[in-house]
Amino acid sequence: MSLKRNILDLRKRKEKVLQGGGEKAIQKQVAMGKLTARERITSIVDEDSFHEYDMFVEHEARDFGMEKKELHGDGVIIGTGTIYGQPVCLFAQDFTVAGGSLGLMHARKITKIMDHALKMRVPLIGINDSGGARIQEGVNSLAGYGEIFFRNTLASGVIPQLSVILGPCAGGAVYSPALTDFVFVVENISKMFITGPEVIKTVLGEEISMEELGGAKVHSEITGNAHFYALNELECFEQIKKLLTFIPWHNERKARSFPPKPPKAEYKIEEIVPLDPTQPYDIRNVIKSISDDSDFFEVMEGFARNIVIGFGRLNGETIGFVANQPLVLAGVLDCDSSDKAARFIRYCDAFNIPIVTLEDMPGYLPGVDQEHAGVIRHGAKILYAYSEATVPKITVIVRKAYGGGYIAMNSRHMKADFMFAWPNAEIAVMGPEGAANIIFRKEIMSAEDPEAMRKEKVAEYKKKFANPYVAAAKGYIDTVIEPEETRKMLLHSLEVSTNKVDRRPSKKHGIPPF
Amino acid sequence: MSNFKEFNIDGTIYTTEVPERVANRKKWERPNPNHIKSFIPGTIVEIFVKEGQEVKEGECLMILQAMKMKNKILMPFDGIIEKIHVTEEEKVPNRMVMVELKA
Repeated sequence: MSLKRNILDLRKRKEKVLQGGGEKAIQKQVAMGKLTARERITSIVDEDSFHEYDMFVEHEARDFGMEKKELHGDGVIIGTGTIYGQPVCLFAQDFTVAGGSLGLMHARKITKIMDHALKMRVPLIGINDSGGARIQEGVNSLAGYGEIFFRNTLASGVIPQLSVILGPCAGGAVYSPALTDFVFVVENISKMFITGPEVIKTVLGEEISMEELGGAKVHSEITGNAHFYALNELECFEQIKKLLTFIPWHNERKARSFPPKPPKAEYKIEEIVPLDPTQPYDIRNVIKSISDDSDFFEVMEGFARNIVIGFGRLNGETIGFVANQPLVLAGVLDCDSSDKAARFIRYCDAFNIPIVTLEDMPGYLPGVDQEHAGVIRHGAKILYAYSEATVPKITVIVRKAYGGGYIAMNSRHMKADFMFAWPNAEIAVMGPEGAANIIFRKEIMSAEDPEAMRKEKVAEYKKKFANPYVAAAKGYIDTVIEPEETRKMLLHSLEVSTNKVDRRPSKKHGIPPF
Repeated sequence: MSNFKEFNIDGTIYTTEVPERVANRKKWERPNPNHIKSFIPGTIVEIFVKEGQEVKEGECLMILQAMKMKNKILMPFDGIIEKIHVTEEEKVPNRMVMVELKA
């Protein structure tokens, strides 16, 4: 007896499943500027590397006529493949099959591949494109989400988890991406919200479109839920692949090394930073004047732009950069920028990525709104994250470091391994103007020409404190360096830190100011 | 780049971009104890008092229905209803002054 017949039968069955939700549904998907779920997966992984599992899974709904419906793969595709030759686990919801709605078996397929990713210690990439819970399956759908959230949490800090939002992702479903490390969104395609425009209209009478409520721009600029923004799906896939070159496959590995390259000559470090601490410049140019090949892969580019975070390389090794941005709000710390930086610092620490902090900040953003929004709690996250981190931590003060911000931005007191300052650095409790107004209030008030006296006292304070040598005299700064020496000093201090050991008291976990 | 503004932090004036969320910050206002504001967007389903009426602390002024819940709006102190800014069936946004009181 030959197996031929069985083989032909298998092929036929596969062929059927590969049609997804059928020609019409696929046409609709394409008309929205979206790729199909399988196309998305094959665009991300290496050619011919994807292998699909659970193709023949059938859905569990037995009510409302659902039992007569056939839902290919139950609306989700799971499998394994490679990216740049390294293994990954993936799932992609298939909107063409019952709107990608999540029922019991759909969720079981996702949790199966999640368990697999965690056990095999490989990254998990989840592509979300779903109308939400399959209402016909009732509490089974909710159970499914819960099982996914639990596994997201379990895997957090062990394997990288990437969420790619390529369609609607609404209601409870949004919490899976929110629990993962990096969220990717695409203009006009991604939509994320807890309650949609219709509910908002009924309950509140407010009219808003899906795009305005939870589109890609909203999540990259206002909410901070998304980390990467792209104009189309292909650009998004390139971002995913680029990110994977910077991060390790799991928390007991280091990221891949690349051949070291010098920064590009066009970035002249000494010419970037104006001497006057009130004048703006783009701190990203300083990062590019230091990093290998001037390559800087920014994370959360559009959100809380007063702080800059992202990956680059020094001597071929991945570095997490955290830098105040004097271009926006003079680089102050506030609620949003604290959240942004703190989470990134914890990411780097969890995945063995050394942190280089470039500091140029005037303090915290003053205002009732900030205080009432809890800037104390939010700001504390940075202190917590830096203090807790045991990866190599190096700080370069490129200009000003005032007040609480000086302490927060990976100071010696947060146990920075190396503290460098440029000769123009001002390390003080506050800016000279504010400090002089307080210290010399009486002299200024009683002077014949208060304005002239104020100027004199500001100058006096500047001379005394607006420099790096007071801090260097106490050993808070290890050495004052010329800007040109920055890269050299970073390379050296990272080399010295290669075998860093920093053991902390054992505990179940800390209680960070969430 | 021409979108730089002057921005004061601790007495020092910095030249920098000021994003909308900060530029459009609402000035803080001290809450007026004589104003009763909606605490949730919803619909006024019933009003029990009239302008000029004397009301004792704890008496119910109106029902604000929101998220399927009927919330009683209670008088915070003994006083007079100075003005009512809502009518029955009216949909109200959050933090809208619904009633003005006089002690």
